[in-house]
Amino acid sequence: MDRIAFDIAHLLAGGLVLVSFMMIYQERLTALLNVFAMHAVVLALSVSWQAHIQHAPHLYVTAAIALVFKAMIIPGALHRIIRRMGIHREVETVVGVGLTMLAGMGLVAMSIVLMLRLTEAADTFAREDLAFALSVVLLGLLMMVTRRNAVSQVVGFMSLENGLILAATGAKGMPLVVEISVAFSVLIAFIVIGVFLFRIRERFDTIDLGALEEYRGENQ
Amino acid sequence: MELIRDLLVQGVQMLVVVALAPALLGLVRKVRARLMRRRGASILQPYRDLLRLMRKDVVLAENASWLFRAAPYLIFAATWVAAALVPTFAFGLQFNWTADLIAIVALLGSARFFLALAGMDVGTAFGGIGASREMMIASMAEPAMLLAAFSVALVAGSTQLSTVAEHMATEAVGLRVSLGLALVALVIVALAENARIPVDNPSTHLELTMVHEAMVLEYSGRHLAMIELAAALKLLLYISLIICVFVPWGMAGAQSGVLAYLAGFGFWLAKLALGGVALGAFEVSIAKMRVFRVPDFLGAALMLGLLGVLLLFVSRSL
Repeated sequence: MDRIAFDIAHLLAGGLVLVSFMMIYQERLTALLNVFAMHAVVLALSVSWQAHIQHAPHLYVTAAIALVFKAMIIPGALHRIIRRMGIHREVETVVGVGLTMLAGMGLVAMSIVLMLRLTEAADTFAREDLAFALSVVLLGLLMMVTRRNAVSQVVGFMSLENGLILAATGAKGMPLVVEISVAFSVLIAFIVIGVFLFRIRERFDTIDLGALEEYRGENQ
Repeated sequence: MELIRDLLVQGVQMLVVVALAPALLGLVRKVRARLMRRRGASILQPYRDLLRLMRKDVVLAENASWLFRAAPYLIFAATWVAAALVPTFAFGLQFNWTADLIAIVALLGSARFFLALAGMDVGTAFGGIGASREMMIASMAEPAMLLAAFSVALVAGSTQLSTVAEHMATEAVGLRVSLGLALVALVIVALAENARIPVDNPSTHLELTMVHEAMVLEYSGRHLAMIELAAALKLLLYISLIICVFVPWGMAGAQSGVLAYLAGFGFWLAKLALGGVALGAFEVSIAKMRVFRVPDFLGAALMLGLLGVLLLFVSRSL
């Protein structure tokens, strides 16, 4: 593979990890949704660059799906949801940004070490790409663990899925059928979650998931 | 003869950085004003301010010690030396060989040390508060800056700025994730160190939030002029540093002719102006953050620097 092509692909994948960190750093919901849209845009760029260097036109479809669904429709709809719930100005109490970022660093280091050990047979680019993809997935999980607000947990889940797509495109593409069905299942999941958000709010008057803890019946 | 010529070029650089620093500050202010649909003061206004301050008498507090009077000159000298060491329009100037990134961090660190001491010297509450905040910011910004410097040094194989810039200008470097991370970290550090908007507002005297202005509140006359000039120099230094490490194209090589120097100078001016415009636009588009949020902001820079170094170490073992 050409050196500069490799470098650009590497840079875009690294950029995705960087945007994941930005999402962990954001406390305000509106800003978080904007960063999430940026995450999807970087993903779309990365995937279309892969399509260009692998000469795999179907990956352009993947990129277009990422761009339309995840950078426009889903963030737009989430913006409307938080506006309708009147929580778009809410500042979330996070575990502590510094601590979370530190944990995120640990996860990135772990996934790099793990992936480089595991995939010694694969070619260099796929290895680093997989390492970055695993980092994005783990950072998405970390976000779901550290946030209490349901909307930011949804965003964490969606960014996790972006990591999966990055991994799949790096490994010489994935079948288009799989990609489209994944995209649609994410969309369906999003609709279900959207309905759920309103249900949770109706029932508990908040979408802070800490409120659900009381109903688990464990600490009585 | 060679030596005299080298010293001459180096001298030109030393004069140029001092001469241009207020203009850069004026440019940033002008851009901010224009983006807010105000007309704004002329770009030359900082020069006029400095002249006015130079002409005025110094008003000293009764209990000010010698340190209070000496500090402005020490701060200015340390910042000037640091700014003169950063390669601006050419590689390999006479003093570039003594300048590495760590020496520059140390020079700026000592300037900050004297500024904080001077802030506390008279014993007013504002000076103390400003000094303690400045130190809090510095305790996060300096490690972040060093980590960014390390990731650059790992790529270039040297901490000497001239060598780094020359290496970065070659094609061997390519695009690297860790350099991108170092760039973001360095930009955050530069914003914090120069008391620019998300961390501190340079154009306000609101007591709740000011950091840099609180420390220099007791200064007047030529002392204040020295400190203001040093602040302007520091801004120029950081922008030049980012330029010379991350976009070194167009710089004149060592021992080149007058024409090459002039071309390098033109490129540097253009890049500097771009940096100033970008800074102004960024400041207009963002709100100042609470003081207690600053450690998070700088912590992010620290993490990015660390991540960059980590990635470099890992990809070396590939």
